[in-house]
Amino acid sequence: MRIAIVDESTARASIIKEGLAELEGCEIFVVDGREGLTSRIDEIAPDIVLIDLGNPSRDVLEEYFAVSKALARPIAMFVDEADEASIGASIDAGVSAYVVDGLHANRIRSVVDLAVKRFNAFARLQRDLAEAQGKLAERETIDKAKRILMRSRGMTEPEAYAELRRKAMSSNRRLAEIAEAVVTAHDLIGDGE
Amino acid sequence: MTEKLTIGFLPLVDACLPILAHEHGFAEEEGVALAFQRDVSWATVLDRLLYGHTDAAHLLAPLAIATTLGRGRPAQPLAAPFVLGLNGNAITTRSDLAAQIAAGDGLGDPREVGARLAEQVRARAAASRKLRFGVVHRYSSHNYMLRYWLAACGIRPDEDMEIVTIPPPFVADALASGEIDGSCVGEPWNSVAVGRGVGAIVLATAQIWRRGVEKVLAAREAVIEERRPAFEALIRAMRKAGAHFVDPANWEANAAILARPEYVGAEPDLILHAISDRLVLRQGDAPVPYPDFMFQHREAANFPWVSQAQWLYTQMARWDGLDFSEADAAAAGRVFRPDVYRSALKGTGDALPGASSKVEGSLAKPTAVTAQQGDMVLEQNSFFDGRVFDPDDLQGYLAAFS
Repeated sequence: MRIAIVDESTARASIIKEGLAELEGCEIFVVDGREGLTSRIDEIAPDIVLIDLGNPSRDVLEEYFAVSKALARPIAMFVDEADEASIGASIDAGVSAYVVDGLHANRIRSVVDLAVKRFNAFARLQRDLAEAQGKLAERETIDKAKRILMRSRGMTEPEAYAELRRKAMSSNRRLAEIAEAVVTAHDLIGDGE
Repeated sequence: MTEKLTIGFLPLVDACLPILAHEHGFAEEEGVALAFQRDVSWATVLDRLLYGHTDAAHLLAPLAIATTLGRGRPAQPLAAPFVLGLNGNAITTRSDLAAQIAAGDGLGDPREVGARLAEQVRARAAASRKLRFGVVHRYSSHNYMLRYWLAACGIRPDEDMEIVTIPPPFVADALASGEIDGSCVGEPWNSVAVGRGVGAIVLATAQIWRRGVEKVLAAREAVIEERRPAFEALIRAMRKAGAHFVDPANWEANAAILARPEYVGAEPDLILHAISDRLVLRQGDAPVPYPDFMFQHREAANFPWVSQAQWLYTQMARWDGLDFSEADAAAAGRVFRPDVYRSALKGTGDALPGASSKVEGSLAKPTAVTAQQGDMVLEQNSFFDGRVFDPDDLQGYLAAFS
């Protein structure tokens, strides 16, 4: 079975490819970038095409499938209504699949289920990364706010930190938000320096 | 409890009415909360609608019909109770081609521009490199309006030229690289191409069919029935948003809202071109006023005329090479839901036409028509070649093209 993964994110494409590699008897091709998309697909002649929902080229791909003269042209994976749950899961994960008619339903399902798992894993990685970056940025803001308090109110570092914490607790907000407010106020008003 | 509706859309200026209904609090006033899902392909907008990720969508009117008729996928009945706007697209070509076919200044007469394009098409055919134009989707009014114009100018779209699908955000790149020679796309993507100096606007689709139907608000038929009060509230909110949108006092503020990255994500100045009916046709030129380039509100512009859906069906049959089917024509007509529009606005004083279908392209001047409620004057509604579409004779209309 020939599987084409169309993805502008090479990182995600390789994660999916690696995931599908455990399937037996599958050849996997990755198509990135928009240029020459349909001629690449033409060469590959895939049985299954996986493309992420956020890819602007989906309409181009569907148009190509609609007008393609090839006998074994893939169609959107909507056809088998018994597979509604599986389709729902793939849309939740952000991946769409086009399959050549006549492929064995179980084969399709194992590919799509694996792709969905990999898409979800990639999304989780990205979320973790964004969270880590957010935490780093927050820590920098808190440090900045502490320095402002230390300078403008002659506090020690622990005192400045305690002051931010006290304000956060009394106003029922997160420490980072209070720090952000201190930094913004400082930027706007300054402290005479 | 306030009902919540999630609306899918593509980053285009004509997604404006639901967005502004939310941003200006009209939806809240009507007791409905709106959330938005921005996507970059129509396939994804449609998938999310069909699988319930969204409740409603900004959708190409022909795509709503194609989905209902099961063209390309298994049939799923959609309903369109509100037309999001009329016209608003343009034909932009590479600058070198524009220099050959466009008028000296301003937008040219569609017949003359078409005749000059036909010369270029013949010249290129001799050089064995056909001209290639991009449209946003096979099932789009862009495709049908472009083809209508080409065919009426003696150009066979599939034999003499090539028409391919290009996602709107890539139109400027594709013009620059020579992948396409021209395109029919909505705003701000024509203005983006002009701003980059890679193309010039040669025609507005309003010159091909003045008052031609464009995007619709679509939902699954069953969802509209289940959540009828919420949809009717949304319709009232979008009518209020339309009144706000067309008021010149609000143009700049609305352009700034639509420009935001979560909506269209483009320069506010470019968005203002379409909103204010003032297009810059070539890089560096002064804007050219073209009244009603986009048409979102007056003359009950949002009323889903059954005849509009049927015109789209005739073009689908024409260009997909389908045999005319009475049953499909009727099913296509039923996608447009004037009954929902009427019940939403009954008693509000907003204009409601007396009829639900009309002869399209037959008005050369403002004409008063029978109204169920309010005053109804329809201005010019015409096809550039003077043809008239009578919804009582679809087959005769189709036969006249061949």
